[in-house]
Amino acid sequence: MGFMHLKPQTHSTVITYAIVVVAFIVVTLLDGMGLISNSLSGQLVPICAYVSLAVSLNLVVGVSGELSLGHAGFMSVGAFTGVIVAGCLARMGVESELLLFAGSAVVGAVVAGIIGFLVGIPVMRLRGDYLAIVTLAFGEIIKNLLNNFYIGVDDAGLHFSMTDSSSLGMSQGTILINGPKGAVGIDKISTFVLGVVVVLITVAVVLNLMHSRDGRAIMAVRDNRIAAESVGINTTKYRLIAFTVASALAGMAGVLYAMNYSTVIPSQFDFNQSILILVYVVLGGMGNISGSIISAAFLTVLPEVLRPINNYRMLIYAVVLILVMVVPHTKVYQRAADALRERFHKAAPKPAAEGGEADE
Amino acid sequence: MEFLANLINGMSLGSVYAIIALGYTMVYGIAKMLNFAHGDIIMVGAYICFCAVSYLGLPVIAGILLSVVGCTVLGIVIERLAYKPLRSAPSLNVLITAIGVSYFLQNAALLIMGSDPKSFSMILSLPALHLFDGRLTISATAVITILACVAIMVALTMFTGRTKMGKAMRACSEDRDAAQLMGINVNSTISMVFAIGSGLAAIAGVLMCAAYPTLMPTTGSMPGIKAFTAAVLGGIGSIPGAALGGVLLGIIEIFARAYIGTQLADAVVFAVLIVMLLIRPAGLLGKPVNEKV
Repeated sequence: MGFMHLKPQTHSTVITYAIVVVAFIVVTLLDGMGLISNSLSGQLVPICAYVSLAVSLNLVVGVSGELSLGHAGFMSVGAFTGVIVAGCLARMGVESELLLFAGSAVVGAVVAGIIGFLVGIPVMRLRGDYLAIVTLAFGEIIKNLLNNFYIGVDDAGLHFSMTDSSSLGMSQGTILINGPKGAVGIDKISTFVLGVVVVLITVAVVLNLMHSRDGRAIMAVRDNRIAAESVGINTTKYRLIAFTVASALAGMAGVLYAMNYSTVIPSQFDFNQSILILVYVVLGGMGNISGSIISAAFLTVLPEVLRPINNYRMLIYAVVLILVMVVPHTKVYQRAADALRERFHKAAPKPAAEGGEADE
Repeated sequence: MEFLANLINGMSLGSVYAIIALGYTMVYGIAKMLNFAHGDIIMVGAYICFCAVSYLGLPVIAGILLSVVGCTVLGIVIERLAYKPLRSAPSLNVLITAIGVSYFLQNAALLIMGSDPKSFSMILSLPALHLFDGRLTISATAVITILACVAIMVALTMFTGRTKMGKAMRACSEDRDAAQLMGINVNSTISMVFAIGSGLAAIAGVLMCAAYPTLMPTTGSMPGIKAFTAAVLGGIGSIPGAALGGVLLGIIEIFARAYIGTQLADAVVFAVLIVMLLIRPAGLLGKPVNEKV
């Protein structure tokens, strides 16, 4: 049986993994030949982090159909938990960077997942724009709380305060999280290889969930909540599963992101960050995992590529964003698309609905 | 006395939120879209007024008028270019376009005006009110802001209730297709709503910068989010709801800042929103919509 004879679902799954693996090989080869500029190679880990974030947010927005505007909040929970775990492990004498990273990533994902679950319980009582605003509110609350957290570690264990770093009561420990100044003195242990591993884990979790019985239930709830409910699907449960899994994956990506810098501050993970991730998802196509991967990578690189025209780059980014959304809905474009479609697929039926592809 | 002073400051901040929230709620009511660029219109309005007064030397009133006109035109242009082609598109595409417009406005302002904060203190130089033997001081800005909010609310209620255009707006937000069948020009009605919302945003921008006199390209984004929160709190789509939500949010924010701490004030504001929405999922004055199968 050839590749083309696989089930469409398997087909797209293979393509999704292939994109990640091929991109990894190509970038590694180019890097080995010294063809990647410094500024771009500095972006490799953030690209992986944003790809994971976009894929996980797609689980909420595309697959489960709920607009979440607080994804960066879960990212920051993961990031700061990871920093604490790495700090503690390092103090306990763990030296292997791989172990440090794995430990922080796992704990970061678990804690972000738990927070996601707790946030999800009230959030899933709401729908539509009300749900969106509440996720936004939770994201802002997480950011504000982290701005007031002071955490340090010494031989006696962890110290926590919400007033300032001097009230931690440590004589010679290290301060891990210093309120608005954020997490300081992080070991930069994230690498491109670890980033690709995180992306592959995220993609595997999301794709497996989508193609499982639970995933089909989640999509049924998205497509028609009332019909799904009437055939006995517990809608709240399945929306909550998607939300929790996505939060945990965002936490893992947050660990990857934080470990790439020596400092991260809570206000980095604000509403704009959430919006940035949402833009990747919508541009890549709702529910389309390979779309999220490509658009996240492309849009993270785009401002870097535009760096020579530094002053205008965000302006151009904005214009590109608007054009990508508006142009497919203009009459000129639709006429051209119709003409092309007729020429190449004479027998193919016209797509039923306008706009975003439903799923893979 | 401190309590009273906080209450008045809260009402003044809340009035600004209410004026911004009116723009959000009207646009949502009629176009069913979250106009994320609305916060940045505030910033543009404040910059226009700032430039008119400090560079062109115009009187304050002329500056305000100029910024209202400028923002109204900007609102209509944005609607025509960016949102109108997307009438039939999925709502998320419209949302992303609005975010694109928001980035565009912020970065255009950054290019034109620079990133250094402009001080915006010259706008109102009226003396403050001293009550109770000087134990309670109310700034003229606070009084004017509250009065402006009340005047706008009354005018808007009259407009939507009495005039033909206002009735058309309500008809469009109730059922766009049916309104079109009744001979209402839906496109021009939507433009009108954007025009009114943006004009109000300009006023809000000037009032806000009179009270908090630092003007930067990102000035509008946080008040924009808060006003959006206020609109949802009051029940999005409802005009009295937006006013109530805005004033409540302002009061809560000022009290949280005074009694809980500046750092956690925003967290408290959003926590109140979450609790309110859990108790009344359609907002304070919103009508719960039952889904029909």
